[in-house]
Amino acid sequence: MVKQMDLSVDFCGVTLKNPITTASGTFGFGHEYAEFFDLSVLGGVSVKGLTPAPRMGNPPPRIAETPLGILNCVGLENPGIDRFIAEEIPFLRQYDTALIANVSGNTVEEYCGMVEKISDADVDLIEMNISCPNVKCGGMAFGTQPQMVTEVVSAAKRLAKKPLIVKLSPNVTDIAEIARAAVDAGADALSLINTLLGMHIDVETRKPVLSNIMGGLSGPAVLPVAVRMVYQVRQAVSVPILGMGGIRTGKDVVEMLLAGADAVAVGTATLADPWASVRALEELKIFMKEHGIGSVRELSGAVEVAVSI
Amino acid sequence: MQIPHPCAVAVVEPLNQNIYSMVVSAPHLATELQPGQFVDIKCGDSNLLRRPISVCDCGEGKMRFVFQQKGRGTIWLARRKTGDRLDVLGPLGHGFDLSKAGSRPFFIGGGIGVPPMLYAMKRAAGGEVQPTAILGFRNHLSVILEKEFTESCETVVMTDDGSYGRQGTVADALLERIAEATAIYCCGPRPMLKAVAAIALEKRVFCQVSLEERMGCGVGACLVCACALRDEKNGATRYGHVCKDGPVFSAEEVQW
Repeated sequence: MVKQMDLSVDFCGVTLKNPITTASGTFGFGHEYAEFFDLSVLGGVSVKGLTPAPRMGNPPPRIAETPLGILNCVGLENPGIDRFIAEEIPFLRQYDTALIANVSGNTVEEYCGMVEKISDADVDLIEMNISCPNVKCGGMAFGTQPQMVTEVVSAAKRLAKKPLIVKLSPNVTDIAEIARAAVDAGADALSLINTLLGMHIDVETRKPVLSNIMGGLSGPAVLPVAVRMVYQVRQAVSVPILGMGGIRTGKDVVEMLLAGADAVAVGTATLADPWASVRALEELKIFMKEHGIGSVRELSGAVEVAVSI
Repeated sequence: MQIPHPCAVAVVEPLNQNIYSMVVSAPHLATELQPGQFVDIKCGDSNLLRRPISVCDCGEGKMRFVFQQKGRGTIWLARRKTGDRLDVLGPLGHGFDLSKAGSRPFFIGGGIGVPPMLYAMKRAAGGEVQPTAILGFRNHLSVILEKEFTESCETVVMTDDGSYGRQGTVADALLERIAEATAIYCCGPRPMLKAVAAIALEKRVFCQVSLEERMGCGVGACLVCACALRDEKNGATRYGHVCKDGPVFSAEEVQW
């Protein structure tokens, strides 16, 4: 008899039907991709980063293509948390998938206000973005210094009534130190990596391609960096990890899980192929079948390293 | 529900030094595509993002697009051969509203903005509707699609240096004829769009323009292709997104 393959994962008390989610900022609020597939096939959806008030974002151009990657400087364009709660949650709740609200702020107080407000809304998980490279205040500034991480996470955690995921920036010297600071301050889980700060110059005009000069690098180009950082964070802390950064295929998913992630997010790959997350899920199933893996949970952190760093 | 469209390349041919015409078989897309909409084409494995390409003509299960070979993606595209398969998403975006064309619509294109105007003009033409096309190019070497336009409508060709057609801009030609125009549809470089929009606004003629911006997803999720629009209620600037809200916008709502 063939045993049923178990794809479900427990992510700080929330059951994801499979480990595939969408990365914040690459999936809007789901409307667009609901035209391409049934969102209920996904383990979860993390929505576009939300702020207390609506934000226009940065002027165009906001994107540049780089070798197997993209740079973006959208700058957290979003309709604000109130409209998200009123208009977007009801839409997303039509689908049987975990809802992850990604929230940002300019100050500790704003983060706290966001976490407090979203806690009372119908979402499953809160993802606190302390790593956006494209905003002047807040964002990455919070995620690159351990004492700032401690301050903002511990303050927010006191108000969180839903599991709190803290999204980390890769633009740091020691990701393990940041991860420990977040967990010590009360983070229920970590998600990483946000984008790597990058820059692209048009050699004909000698000008930066992006309006904001610099932007966040994502896409297949960053996968090895993401895998490395997830691996390092797995060694440092024991909370669940949502691994992301350059995932495109089922094998990329497996790699991220082996490095230590409990679930993953597909991001930039969706921009190139709307069905990328669905395809990655199908490929993951094929991999598990071919390798006789009964539960996806067996893969988490199962990398075999002769000498641990 | 959107579905993947594997399209077989029928014909690829250069129209001049760096502009190519490609006809692909696209049974579903050809019946669904509205003028001014675009498709998003995967250009090989080493180019991550798809390339948004506007449709130049459509019908009988085939779709034609004319594109400029500019970067790695379009170079890859230009090298396709008959029988090759393309991975195409579409139809995407909002196209031209031809219900407002009236009896004498003007279709204005500049440079690589000329191709999408062909399909729009052809869809509008017929019966009481007699379109006029005004096409602008840098010089005689860059003139494309003139024959296709003249087959279906009165066509005025302008070149910057006067080496072909008449010397001057499309705006010069439009000004001479504006009294006749019942509607204006336009695609081309931004300064050209701005000049045409200014004439249309002054003379109170219905005018739609097709905008361009660097795109990511092409479907409205990633928000990178922002364009400044004027808020209808208070006149403040707000961002629309070229891929989903456009690429066709009312000339009045664009923040020039």
